[in-house]
Amino acid sequence: MPKGTVAIDQERCKGCGLCIAFCPEDVLAYSAEYNRSGYNVVYMKEPERCIGCAFCAQTCPDIAIEVYRERKPRQR
Amino acid sequence: MSVNADKMVRVFERPRSLTDAQFSYCPGCHHGLVTRIVAQTIDELGIQDRTVIVAPVGCAVTMYEWFRCDGIQAAHGRACAVATGIKRVNPNLIVFTYQGDGDLAAIGTAESIHAANRGENITVVFINNQIYGMTGGQMAPTTLVGQRTTSCPDGRNAQLAGYPIRFAEMIAQLDAPVYVTRQALYDQKRIMAASRAIKKAFQCQVEGKGYSLVEVLTNCPTNWRMSPAQSNSHLMDEVVRAFPLGDLVDRD
Repeated sequence: MPKGTVAIDQERCKGCGLCIAFCPEDVLAYSAEYNRSGYNVVYMKEPERCIGCAFCAQTCPDIAIEVYRERKPRQR
Repeated sequence: MSVNADKMVRVFERPRSLTDAQFSYCPGCHHGLVTRIVAQTIDELGIQDRTVIVAPVGCAVTMYEWFRCDGIQAAHGRACAVATGIKRVNPNLIVFTYQGDGDLAAIGTAESIHAANRGENITVVFINNQIYGMTGGQMAPTTLVGQRTTSCPDGRNAQLAGYPIRFAEMIAQLDAPVYVTRQALYDQKRIMAASRAIKKAFQCQVEGKGYSLVEVLTNCPTNWRMSPAQSNSHLMDEVVRAFPLGDLVDRD
């Protein structure tokens, strides 16, 4: 499995939870934080499990998530 | 959060044809998804400099502020008529309308049907969330029988208010449309299929083939009184039974 990571824009996140529901590896969860708009934002609870599949980003209605995946050796 | 650029490659980012403005949609609304998919399509086809948005009246009314494209906001329901004018004056432009069910299937029924019947070379993105979202959740022509809204609190009564309009099927009866399809966004597979459908609809216009309509079944968590995850389940279990998914016309 490739390794991945996501960058969540905390101010764009509206805390709808669709990314949490779509993540196949249960990486994401609600944090204890609230953003300036008062939304309970999402964070990477288990970052080591992320495979960079981008399901979370593709379902995020506010494009708050950017996804990164580890380069394959030949891409280096 | 910092990402090591030497080791990691970015696989998903914000489409270039969108501005930095935050969408005004409610949390979990599929409108944002469709807007993102349209923007991604514009990026992929490289048509940002010649795309014109015709924004509707409804939740997407300020759509032109989110795209780095030209845009105009049409009178309620008249988006297809406005798009016709723009496209006929300058056929080199890529013109699309983005309309909800109140805009396209209620007040704009005449304009929408006749634009399709004339086979105008435009792309229509039809957001069907079975409710009037922006005005507070009233019954729309597409509201399911039995569905509760603020103007039918006991559920839609077919004896009184008729049955949900299947707009894509109506358009599919006509001879002119090139591509008519109905899509949904309740799971990953459907999101990918909807992305391909929207790209194909734009491609039809770029190639000068004619009218295309993509009806997207979306949610309205706020007015359905559901969580976004529940609204996805409702779409999958209930809504697709009234509105079957798939391509209805493909003369591409």
